[in-house]
Amino acid sequence: MKRDPGYYDYLPYNKRPRIEWPNGARVAFWVAPNIEFYELEPPKNPTRVPWPRPVPDVLAYSYRDYGNRAGFQRMLEAMERCGMRGSVSLNVALCEHHPEIIKACAERGWEFYSHGTYNTRYTFNMSEAQERALIQDSIDTIRKHTGQKLDGWLAPALSYTENTLHLVAEMGLTYVCDLFHDDQPGPVKVRQGRLTSVPYSLEMNDAISFTVNSVTPRHYADIIRRQFDRLYAEGEDSGTVMCIPLHPYLIGQPYRMKAFEEALAYITGHEKVWLATGREIAKHFDDRYYDAFAKASEPIHDF
Amino acid sequence: MISDDYLKYPKRRYGMDHDRYDWSILSKRKPVQWPGGARIALWVTVSLQWFPLDQQGKPFKPLGSLQTAYPDLRHYTLRDYGNRVGIFRIMKALGKYSIRASAPVNAAVAARYPSLVRDIASQGWELVGHGLDMDRLHYEGMPDEAAAIARSLETLRKFGKVRGWLSPAKSESHQTLDLLAAAGIDYVCDWVNDDMPYPMRAGGRTLHALPHSNDIDDATILLGMRHDEDELRDQWLDHFEVLYEEAATQGGRIMVLPLHSWAIGHPYRIGTLETVLARIMSRPGIWPATGGEILDAWKKAAA
Repeated sequence: MKRDPGYYDYLPYNKRPRIEWPNGARVAFWVAPNIEFYELEPPKNPTRVPWPRPVPDVLAYSYRDYGNRAGFQRMLEAMERCGMRGSVSLNVALCEHHPEIIKACAERGWEFYSHGTYNTRYTFNMSEAQERALIQDSIDTIRKHTGQKLDGWLAPALSYTENTLHLVAEMGLTYVCDLFHDDQPGPVKVRQGRLTSVPYSLEMNDAISFTVNSVTPRHYADIIRRQFDRLYAEGEDSGTVMCIPLHPYLIGQPYRMKAFEEALAYITGHEKVWLATGREIAKHFDDRYYDAFAKASEPIHDF
Repeated sequence: MISDDYLKYPKRRYGMDHDRYDWSILSKRKPVQWPGGARIALWVTVSLQWFPLDQQGKPFKPLGSLQTAYPDLRHYTLRDYGNRVGIFRIMKALGKYSIRASAPVNAAVAARYPSLVRDIASQGWELVGHGLDMDRLHYEGMPDEAAAIARSLETLRKFGKVRGWLSPAKSESHQTLDLLAAAGIDYVCDWVNDDMPYPMRAGGRTLHALPHSNDIDDATILLGMRHDEDELRDQWLDHFEVLYEEAATQGGRIMVLPLHSWAIGHPYRIGTLETVLARIMSRPGIWPATGGEILDAWKKAAA
C-alpha cells in the first residue's frame, strides 16, 4: 500500500495561473446524474457487501429502482426547465436494461461517461487485465448505444485499485471525477497518456447529503445556493467549477424535487455561469491550462 | 484476487435482472382515473406494532427496535405507547375528515390487544397483514416462513378481511411474495420503486405492489433522519404538491402517509399530522381511500 496516491503535486489555490471560462463565465457549472443499475443478487465480493440487509434486500433494491421508473423523468424535466444538460455518470449495463432512459438523455445532447458496468460490481481486488476489460466494456457499450466516445470516469461505487486512473488514461479517457482535492480542474499524474481531474463533489452530492448527512430537502437547496454564491464570487479572480452529482432515486422523490429545482434555477439564472458538461470542462482546461498548472505545481516530498 | 466470473453478467438484458415484475416508466403509462375524477388518492396507513422485550434482532434490528441491554424497558414501553395512546390521537385526527386508514397490524398486537383491533375495524379501517411482531422478520432462511404468514393472517382475519401485507421492516425472503399470494394476499407494501400500483408475479399468481414510501414515513423522517416536526410537515406538503401537479397532466396519483402510532402519536407531534391533513383536505380532488379501494380503482382504470 502507498501512503500517497501520487496522482497530483501540490498547487496552492492562491498561486495558480488564472482560469478563464468561455464568455467570461466565473463558474463552470455541471450536473452529473448518476444513472445506475443495482443488481438484486450481485455476485459476492471479497471486499464489500453490496446491500445493508441480506439478499434479497427488497427495500434497498427497490429504492434504487425508483430512480429509473419514476425519479429520472422528474429530474430530467426539472433540468430541462432550467436549460441544464446532464453529464450522465452511467452504469453502462443500463444501456441494455433501460434503453429508453439512454435515448431520452441522448436526445437532449447529454454526455455519457462511465460509472462502471453495475453499481454492484466493485473494482477492488481486480487484476490489471480485469480492470482493462471493465473499462473496455464501458468504452464499447457507450459507443455502441450512444455513438459517443467515452471521455470520463467515475469508479463504480467509488471502488478502485492502484491502477484505476492509470488505466483509464492509457485507454484514451480524458478526465476523471474521482479526486475531491480541488475546486478547479487539475492535471493527474499518470503512467501514460494525459488525464484531467474535473471537480465532481461529495459535498454537493445528493447521496451524501441525504443518505449520509440526513439533510432536509430544503436545506440541501440552501447548501447548493451557498456553495454556488461563494464559487461565483471567487470565480471573478479565476474560474471555478461547481458540480451537482445527483441520483434520480434520491432527488427524484416528490418531496425533494421542488426545493432542488428552485436551487437549480437560481444557479442557471445567473449571467456569468457556463452551463457545461464534464467533457467540455476537461477539454477547455486541457487545451489552455493543463501544462501551466503542471508546471506551476510543487513536487511533494514525503518526510 | 477476484474470479473472472465477476465480469460476467448473465442477467444483462432488456428490463429487470429478475422476473418479479416488468420494467415500466411511470410517466409513460396510461393515465389513471380515480373515482370522481380525483387527482390524489390519499392513502393513510397506520402501523400497529409490538417489539418484544427479548428481541433477537435476526437478521437485523429494524428502525424502532430495542437498543439497550436486556431488559430494555425504555424502548419496549415507548413503542407500546403507540398501541395504548398514540393510535387514538391519530384516529381522532383522521376522524375529523372521515378518513379510514389501512392499518398494518402485527399479529402480536391483534392477539394481545383485541379491543384495539376491533375498534379500528369497526370504524371501517382496513386491516393489513404485518407479520407476527417486529422481531420476526421475513428473510432468506427465516424458519418456517409459510407458518409465520399463515399464523399472522389467521390471527388478523378473526377481525375482518385482510387483502394487503406489509412485511415487518419491508424485509422479504425470495419466497415471501409467493407465499403471500398463496395465502390470498392481493397487494404488498414492501417495494418502494414506484408511485403507482403495478403487478408482480408470485408463484403462478399475480399480486400487486402498492406504493408505500419508506422515505416519507413518519418514523424514517423523525427517528431515522432526525428531522423535526416542522421539517416533516414541509416534506409531506412538498411531496403532496409535486404529486398534485403531476396528476394534472399524468392522471391520478397516490399520496401515501405511512404513520406509526409510536412516532407521530405523541402530543407534541400529532399537530403536524393535523396541519398537513387540513392543508391536503382543503384542496379539490382528494379521494381518501384504503389500500384495497385504491387497488380496485386502479385495476378498473388500468383495465
